[in-house]
Amino acid sequence: MIVTAPSPRTLGHRLALPAATAGVTALVVVSLFVGVYDIAGEGFGTEMFFISRVPRTLALVLAGCAMAVSGLIMQLLTQNRFVEPSTTGTSEWAALGLLVTVLLAPTAPLIVRMVVASVAAFVGTMIFIGILRRISLRSSLVVPLIGIMLGAVVSAFTTYLAVSTNSLQMLGTWFMGSFTSIVRGRYEVLWVVAIVVVLVFLSADRITVAGLGRDIATTVGVDHTRVMLIGAGLVAVATGVTTVVVGFLPFLGLVVPNLVSMWRGDNARANLPWVCLGGVAIVVVCDIVGRVIRMPFEVPVSMILGVVGSAVFITLLLRMRARA
Amino acid sequence: MPEVLTRPAPALALRRPRIALRFGILALVVIVAAVGVLTWNVPGEPGSRAFWLAVNLRVVSVATIALVACCQAVATVLFHTATANRILTPSIMGFDALYVVMQTALVFFFGSAALSATDGLLKVVVQSALMVGFATLLYGWLFAGRRGNLHIMLLVGVVLGVGFGSLSTVMQRLLTPSDFDILSARLFGNLSNSDAEYLPWGALVVAVVLVLVWRARHRLDVLALGREASVNLGLAYRREVIGVLVLVAVLISVSTTMVGPMTFFGFLVATLAYQLAGSSQHRVVLPFAVLLGMATLLGGYFVLRHVFYAAGMLSIIIEFVGGVFFLIYLLRKGSL
Repeated sequence: MIVTAPSPRTLGHRLALPAATAGVTALVVVSLFVGVYDIAGEGFGTEMFFISRVPRTLALVLAGCAMAVSGLIMQLLTQNRFVEPSTTGTSEWAALGLLVTVLLAPTAPLIVRMVVASVAAFVGTMIFIGILRRISLRSSLVVPLIGIMLGAVVSAFTTYLAVSTNSLQMLGTWFMGSFTSIVRGRYEVLWVVAIVVVLVFLSADRITVAGLGRDIATTVGVDHTRVMLIGAGLVAVATGVTTVVVGFLPFLGLVVPNLVSMWRGDNARANLPWVCLGGVAIVVVCDIVGRVIRMPFEVPVSMILGVVGSAVFITLLLRMRARA
Repeated sequence: MPEVLTRPAPALALRRPRIALRFGILALVVIVAAVGVLTWNVPGEPGSRAFWLAVNLRVVSVATIALVACCQAVATVLFHTATANRILTPSIMGFDALYVVMQTALVFFFGSAALSATDGLLKVVVQSALMVGFATLLYGWLFAGRRGNLHIMLLVGVVLGVGFGSLSTVMQRLLTPSDFDILSARLFGNLSNSDAEYLPWGALVVAVVLVLVWRARHRLDVLALGREASVNLGLAYRREVIGVLVLVAVLISVSTTMVGPMTFFGFLVATLAYQLAGSSQHRVVLPFAVLLGMATLLGGYFVLRHVFYAAGMLSIIIEFVGGVFFLIYLLRKGSL
């Protein structure tokens, strides 16, 4: 008979996750009731609620969750804390893929655009991982730098393409990272992302082991190459779909996993629910701020995230400098 | 061993003429490009009134380009010297994003009247002073850390740039449309339509800075050796670094006012200048960097405008080429 060790966790620890879930749920409910249209009023209130508010909030939850988890996977796979879709150029590749599809096949349905964007994101991630392999000195800071620069180069090319085809304005509004245009019928594909998150939950242990390096992974009996490909694929799908539906959500995947592991340590699997909750919470809060700060207009969530995210990121870096 | 020791020092004696030749060729390229931009495909007979009118309009473009090239090239070399490394550049570190944020904040908190109230010389002085003060505080603090690690610095700078960018967009979103119009007319000039009114003031400021830089060229050579060496050689290190950062801030604010932010241009020009100059003395590097900057911008402008009819894309192309170049440099350095 196997005797499991008694759990060292106290009641407080066991209640932490439900409490946090309740908190995030409350935020989500608040998000449902923030907006210009008076849903309690006469006429179309209830209808508008289901056409506009519910899809928007669902999209927020899904996208926030997906990007935070993507950051976590990439950090595990590359063994680098500063890596996430927007610091590896993955988002920029997805954008390039999207623009190319729209230019070549303007009438292609959403699903085609998503597939192409995801494939482009996958190619970009693989290029990035390939570059990482070729650098012998893998200073943890050179890695994100190269990623950001790679992203800048890819996005300069995307801009060039957009300028020469007169679609620059379209490009700007697409990638703004805004939930303004999310209504019923415009967000459903985001459920793909939910599947990705479930898959990540299922393969969390393998991804963690693969992150320890090829040798250790092989010793433990994990096919390193396959897990790398699966991990990069999951991230690419999440990034591609999110980019097509909402746009860029900068720094989210970087800030959330880092804050969680600073607080709870590095157990990737145990941290996963926290990363999901954190991602949702930050996106929802930034979105509410963006909606309230200048009613009846909106500030896109990506801008608020850019400000908050870069501030947190720099704080993390400077803390690291102080400790070094 | 003895071979190495007895090898005649070809350095200066033999290389001087070659450097002079390169310098001459570059100068020629600049002149040809400038004349090209001024006179190519001008409507009207040469010498007629329409001809001179068009040329006069183009003089503004050429002068702006020359001034911007000068600013970016000198600022980058100075920044390299102050930080004793050749990867960091003011634009990658978010200097121009800082300028944009400060301009936006000015309008955001005081309204667009603040911009027009500080026009002319006052505008240049007040805004440069603000920019300089803030940049000195921020970057002085960043670089002052003795445990400072180059990569942390670079990453902090890059992310600061991104953050400043987001912050200014948030503030711009909150402006009234008319304030926003006035602001964006100030911020996002491009090479083809620059503000002729501002040009003389910008030129004046840049001229003063250039004189100061030229007079400090020998001290800059010492500063480039890094903190330890320059302190040992008796340089007031801290004061010199802050002085240089001030000059960089002024140059970047002039350049950004005229054409908007350019991320990789300075890096591209300065790195090429070190290769071509074949010396790290500032009296050689600086003129090379300036000429190279003018040659790149004027040449690129001419080609794009008269061959591909796409003058608006110059900064995008520079961004692309410069970014690739930067990546290659970083990758090679990463494998050292």
